[in-house]
Amino acid sequence: MARTLAQKLIARAAGRPTVTPGEIVTCKVDLAMVHDSSGPRRLKPRLERLGAKVWDPKKVVVITDHYLPAYDDESRKIIQITRDWVREAGVDAFYDAQGICHIVLAERGHLLPGMFVAGGDSHSPTGGAFAAYMFGIGATEMLGVMITGEIWLKAPHTIAMEFDGALRPGVSAKDIMLFLIGRFGLDGGQYQAVEYRGAAIRALPMQERMTLCNMTAELGGQTGLIASDGVTRDYLNKEIEIWDSDPAAPLLAHHRFSGTNLAPQVAAPHSPANTGPVTNFRQKVNFAYIGACTGAKLEDLRMAASVLKGRKSRVKLMVAPASLRDQQTAEREGTLGILLDAGAELLANSCGMCAGYGPNLLDDDTVAISSTARNFKGRMGSAAAQVYLASPYTVAASAVAGHIADPRDLLA
Amino acid sequence: MNTWVFGDNVDTDVIAPGRYMKFGIEEIAKHCLEAVSPTFPSAVKPGDAVVAGRNFGAGSSREQAPEALKHLGVSVLIAESFAGLFYRNAINLGLPAVACPRAKRIRAGDQLEVDLARGKIENRTTGETLACELIPPFLMAIIRDGGLLPHLEKKLARKA
Repeated sequence: MARTLAQKLIARAAGRPTVTPGEIVTCKVDLAMVHDSSGPRRLKPRLERLGAKVWDPKKVVVITDHYLPAYDDESRKIIQITRDWVREAGVDAFYDAQGICHIVLAERGHLLPGMFVAGGDSHSPTGGAFAAYMFGIGATEMLGVMITGEIWLKAPHTIAMEFDGALRPGVSAKDIMLFLIGRFGLDGGQYQAVEYRGAAIRALPMQERMTLCNMTAELGGQTGLIASDGVTRDYLNKEIEIWDSDPAAPLLAHHRFSGTNLAPQVAAPHSPANTGPVTNFRQKVNFAYIGACTGAKLEDLRMAASVLKGRKSRVKLMVAPASLRDQQTAEREGTLGILLDAGAELLANSCGMCAGYGPNLLDDDTVAISSTARNFKGRMGSAAAQVYLASPYTVAASAVAGHIADPRDLLA
Repeated sequence: MNTWVFGDNVDTDVIAPGRYMKFGIEEIAKHCLEAVSPTFPSAVKPGDAVVAGRNFGAGSSREQAPEALKHLGVSVLIAESFAGLFYRNAINLGLPAVACPRAKRIRAGDQLEVDLARGKIENRTTGETLACELIPPFLMAIIRDGGLLPHLEKKLARKA
């Protein structure tokens, strides 16, 4: 019988020949990833209360990214608990101040096609770009995973999002996601698996695919998935298994769009679903932000640089590269230099402003354009601040113009 | 008990704002939902119900969102639908989350009686009975034990 990629991944993790969408199954976890906010600070006291140990420390990855750089007593304490626990629990895969968890996990080769991965963060669907079933859970549920190595799941249906043709210059994965979230809503994914396919998707590099799967969180899917292929293999730089849906596998829905006709998208305050084409907007902005797992990977920095080259930002511009390794590559190849020459202020490789976790919070008068994933009221600081979401191209073009602007005009 | 009513897509940044996430639950709870209902955190009473539209709890994996509601004494969450991740977190913390397709029939202040086992909400104010989705038995067991932590504690004690 024809099966979807999601069905195959869940069946494998459940140790069964097949699973039926809707049935509840118990899956063995190949990898559990936590960060400093949802991880040790909440796991440690509970493991102690239960007198329990981690089921397999070799299958655990811990990454600090939320409370870096630590700037007060609370954040210093959270980082310290993380470092202490990693030692106590015998976890070797610990990445301290190396960047944002989803990006670091991928760049260090922890994600392989076919895996089943639990992540202690809502943007965990990012891992689906590697044809791994990865999804986010809360800290108490992660406690259960840490003790048992297992988790229950309702075997998902699959919603296929197919984009034919090819994205035009100045249009990116972020635009695809803002478009889909605007079209289907924050619960459009129905907590099922969302699979991205079609020629326009196949043509995307891994980090752009990660942006698609990452923002499946805002689309309300449990995970986002992309079949593994030569692009996956080249990124991982080794032979991989090919995991894909069978052509006739039953889908909950199959939506087809033209990648070629897609325009850059912008989401107005206070929802990623409040979306329209960039040409509908001319809002003045006084702050531009390129940051987060969604919007500050090497590919994102390159997009911004392609617009900012030889230009200056007219507004305050801050850039927080998503990982240290991406920042170093950007520096070597000149991308970072272009951003700094345009007037960007460089922030740490952490979640920072995206989720209101650092000392830099937006004030009442800020009108921001940001490459991050969420513009919910008050997320980045004051509830009166206005945050528009867009691609790194559009954020860069808007920084140059001082108002929301179409990057295609500057790339021409 | 009192009933608090909210709209669609109430997100976790509004329920548990990121800038307070470094603190313990007492401090986070003081700011729970304040961006959309400034009086909520101070006026909500133990036993109150929170009722919402579609996709309640959209966004983050932070379980401090349902934890803050529970800390404030909210006894039940009723919504047309829940964000999947939030739903799992609520159950894992022992806070019942009931999906009720006609949740929008409920008005602020209505007196409700929720029968989790039967999947029914009696609205004592309007006399209306609303059907809701049944919580699967293995999740009801977690709620009855007060959440996944005490549930695991019981299970591990049985094994020992």
